[in-house]
Amino acid sequence: MPSQLQSRVTPPPRDTEDDSPAIVLDSVSRAYGERGGRTVAALVGVSLHAEREELLAIVGPSGCGKTTLLELICGLQLPDGGSVSSAAAVLMPQRDLLLPWLSAVENAALAPRIGGLARPQARRRAESLFAELGLHGFEDSRPAELSGGMRQRVAFLRTLLSGKPVLCLDEPFGALDAITRAEMQAWLAQALAREPRTVVLVTHDVEEAVLLADRLVVLSARPGRVIGELEVRLPRPRARSDATVIALRERALALLQDGACCAGAAR
Amino acid sequence: MLRRRGPMRARLAAAPAHRRSDLPRRLAAVMPPALLVLALLGIWEIYVDAGSASSFVLPAPHSIASALWNNAGLLAANLEPTAEEVVLGIALALALGFALAVAVHFSPVLRRAVYPLAIGSQAVPIAVIAPLLVFWWGFGVFPKLVVIVLICFFPVLVTTVDGLAAVDPDQLKLLRTLGASRWQAFRLAELPAALPAALSGARIALAVGVIGAYIAESQTATTAVHAGLGHEINADLTALQTPRAYAAAVVLFGFAIVCFNALALAEHRLAPWASQPTGDIR
Repeated sequence: MPSQLQSRVTPPPRDTEDDSPAIVLDSVSRAYGERGGRTVAALVGVSLHAEREELLAIVGPSGCGKTTLLELICGLQLPDGGSVSSAAAVLMPQRDLLLPWLSAVENAALAPRIGGLARPQARRRAESLFAELGLHGFEDSRPAELSGGMRQRVAFLRTLLSGKPVLCLDEPFGALDAITRAEMQAWLAQALAREPRTVVLVTHDVEEAVLLADRLVVLSARPGRVIGELEVRLPRPRARSDATVIALRERALALLQDGACCAGAAR
Repeated sequence: MLRRRGPMRARLAAAPAHRRSDLPRRLAAVMPPALLVLALLGIWEIYVDAGSASSFVLPAPHSIASALWNNAGLLAANLEPTAEEVVLGIALALALGFALAVAVHFSPVLRRAVYPLAIGSQAVPIAVIAPLLVFWWGFGVFPKLVVIVLICFFPVLVTTVDGLAAVDPDQLKLLRTLGASRWQAFRLAELPAALPAALSGARIALAVGVIGAYIAESQTATTAVHAGLGHEINADLTALQTPRAYAAAVVLFGFAIVCFNALALAEHRLAPWASQPTGDIR
């Protein structure tokens, strides 16, 4: 079983010259068994890919298997059918899931510590990024003492410091109020401009997807299947009120609403 | 969202007020139990003085107080072995309960094997096995510790197993994607998460542990001169020295409260993230 997981989920590390996609899903299906022997399909025949350093947004109604998709990419689950291949991926779950017994900086430094770095060195690595994220002075605060936006930033830093090439963000700003959410979106765009990664951003907020992503994949309601794709070739930073952003948002919404399949490029 | 921000806002708002009103707040905390105890003692005193009960059956508070005063040396000498039994017994019970909980957490097979036995062990009357314990380990402190551990490990086991199982499965998934091994996930997430639960178990264990010490002393013989408060109580009751027996019970009562608070203090030090914000949030 482990060898199968290796071959299906984690391809051998490629050299940087290689320009093959970072993530390829080929007609992936996943179903869950329920009580009484019934099975519920979460994903049916999903094929998609993400290029290196591309920000791919996956939008869809609640319960369309978005979280399952991310767990497949991260290797936390295996598909029932089809194949998943991805560079090493790290998950940033919907809730920040900071450990309440560790300080903010120790939470951010979890990955280096797990990787075998001594506590002080791991701490130093996270500390150097704290000021950049507007978290200066909160290094030794416990998560309970931080605001929702700050916790989310610490969680993102924890994800970033894992050093993995693929970041899977599961509705990272879903629990925030509108103002904090807008701040965090702008901040994420900046952070990725500085430190480019392949990002899969799962969201049910179409506007967020259009503001941040290079490309949108729209999933149908359960069982999730790909019902459309939108290219967002707009310069950054993008404004919410920009006519093109609004037009794209409406097209994505229309796709979501009638489930019609009309993939196309915006420009 | 609101819930997440809540504790912070409350704490920031409460900090200055807390300092200003510290003394009245402490008084307010101490007054209700003190008044209740005084009222109960008053009723007790009147009840006995009115001749409702023989002083062999129920001594009046004032005669218990004078027995306490006159026998302070004897009671202190008897508190020492009892305290030793309780403290060592609770420590061993905590270690055993925690170790069993971890083992059971990692192995469902072991869980199925151990749980029925652990529950059954709580139903065995100590009197049944006491002669065996003395036969094996004699008149020293050890058989008494065995009795206390037997009574006290169970709450620690149950609360710790629940604490370990209560860790968010998403938390474990997250740690896996960060590259954590099973052992690292245990050390980083499950162990600290279970610590407050284990300490809550220890507090329950402590409450029954003092009675456990009494049972242990009653059921296993000793050759020591000062054999503990449990022995003292039994001897006094037999000799119709009822006020002294009550005085010994008062010492046990005080000892239990001191231990309970010491444990709460330890919990605050060991697991500061788990302590509730003070009662200022209204």
